[in-house]
Amino acid sequence: MSRITPLNKKARRIAARFEGSFADAHALAPQDPPLGCTTIFAPGWEVDSDGGTANLCTPIERDLYDCHHSCYWPAQVPDALTNSPNWAQSCGAPVNDWSKIDLVFP
Amino acid sequence: MNYATAQHRRARGKDSTYVWATRSAALAALDAEALAVLDQFAAPQDPERWFGADEFTGEKRKSFDALAALGLLEPVDFQVPIPPDLPPMPYPLGTLVLNVTNKCNLSCTYCYEYGEDRPKDTSAGPALMSEDTARQAVDLLFKDSAGRRNLSITFFGGETLLNFPLIRSVSEYALAKAKAERRQMSFALTTNATLLSEEVIDFLTSHNFGINISIDGPRETQDAQRPFVSGKGTHEVVVPKIRQLIARNRERRGRPIGARVTVTAKSADVRTIYRHLALELGFDSVGFAPVTSAPGRDYALTGENYFTLLQAFDELADEFVVAALEGRGHGFSNLNDLLRELHQGVNKAHPCGAGLGLVGVSTGGELGLCHRFVESRTHAIGSVSAGVDEDRRRAFLEAGHVANKVSCHDCFARPICSGGCYHEAWVRYADATQPNLHSCEWIRAWMDLGLMTYARIMDGNPAFFTRYEEAA
Repeated sequence: MSRITPLNKKARRIAARFEGSFADAHALAPQDPPLGCTTIFAPGWEVDSDGGTANLCTPIERDLYDCHHSCYWPAQVPDALTNSPNWAQSCGAPVNDWSKIDLVFP
Repeated sequence: MNYATAQHRRARGKDSTYVWATRSAALAALDAEALAVLDQFAAPQDPERWFGADEFTGEKRKSFDALAALGLLEPVDFQVPIPPDLPPMPYPLGTLVLNVTNKCNLSCTYCYEYGEDRPKDTSAGPALMSEDTARQAVDLLFKDSAGRRNLSITFFGGETLLNFPLIRSVSEYALAKAKAERRQMSFALTTNATLLSEEVIDFLTSHNFGINISIDGPRETQDAQRPFVSGKGTHEVVVPKIRQLIARNRERRGRPIGARVTVTAKSADVRTIYRHLALELGFDSVGFAPVTSAPGRDYALTGENYFTLLQAFDELADEFVVAALEGRGHGFSNLNDLLRELHQGVNKAHPCGAGLGLVGVSTGGELGLCHRFVESRTHAIGSVSAGVDEDRRRAFLEAGHVANKVSCHDCFARPICSGGCYHEAWVRYADATQPNLHSCEWIRAWMDLGLMTYARIMDGNPAFFTRYEEAA
């Protein structure tokens, strides 16, 4: 770490979070993604590069479920932790059941 | 997602540039290449494109990640406002400032206790704090300090030593209580030194008091600004007593003894004052406080005074650096405090601990934000008998939070200044929660001086900073 040397206590604490150096830091990826992703807002990737859904690598319904389940896409979905724990309960297989997903009005 | 260079302040060092990030208060040394990366983002751009072949590993990626983690690069699309959070309340008390008396035997020209700039109605309370009130205050400190092992009591006034019997009995009471609860108690006291006697000196040094003496410098300045009520000068009275105190304290290896100098438009040159107090009288540290006053008073500092003061601070800083490079300490306490805060990476949501870990107690037992606000009815936050009024305390801390001081949000001095003294703001703007806009330029220049001094010492003798590793 010759280029950037953390000096004060705060800088060293930040560096220590990344195991002594910044080498493994991934500033673009949150360290602990919040469940439900509702603390951030991004328009999401629900459309392909042509503006449609035909060329998505997985079905759009899968995208939506991923937002909820694995936080893979940073789009807004209901917060399943506290406010809407059951919003996707009736949706066993997203490809078939996506229309059964509840609407949630914040 | 586009990233941009985040707010920071720089000081040039020998081989690297010292960079202090405003949002995080992290301070790091950057070499020329790292600095170039930082400047790459002066105009916002998408790092994913900029990385090129370095997207997952490689130098560009490493530098970017490190700078982003330190808070020196930030996404422009997700500007996070300063969180207005308070720490978990009720915040445990750590320090009580007891105004043991409102009376004073001096008649300082700029006094905020009795002068025009007081927020308080000193005629309302008793002149001396009673034993009963003081004990109730100590009980409150022990009760409302859950989880703290170290507690402290600062005695303040008026002239504290006018109520020395109380200081002695309250200290013993608090020590006994601390022993029973297996906690550590420490004491501090501010005095004008006129009433230091053999007995008082013996008590203070044997109880390891942190002692601050209010003194404004050589004879002419001291006598003009800090006379007895009769008008007679105080210099020749206090000097022998101070020498005696310092000598006894050295024998007993007590805590450093500080001089606290109020600088006014009429003060002597700061370097002259420093030399007199540190070298001739032997004070361990000397701290300078620009006088608090509404504009227009004849002692109020003007822009030109502030400029001269900064120049003098600059020269004292040079002396400080010479000492530091040789591994010696220097008694310029303003700079010591600033370097400690820079090295700790202090990042304040509130400018000081008033109303947070610290409360002031009036002679009558009213609780105020700090010693400067006791007996100001509008700033009362309870009483020793009824306890802390948590609603009022919370309301004040929310209003005084830096998140609400919009003009501070684009200032690099924010982590340490946080808007400045509540009392100063009250005197200037009749609102304690306002930022002290009249001091901004000066504070920024002072922070720059601190950062430059940090760089010079870090370049030449980084080991010097081990003394600042522990929070004060």
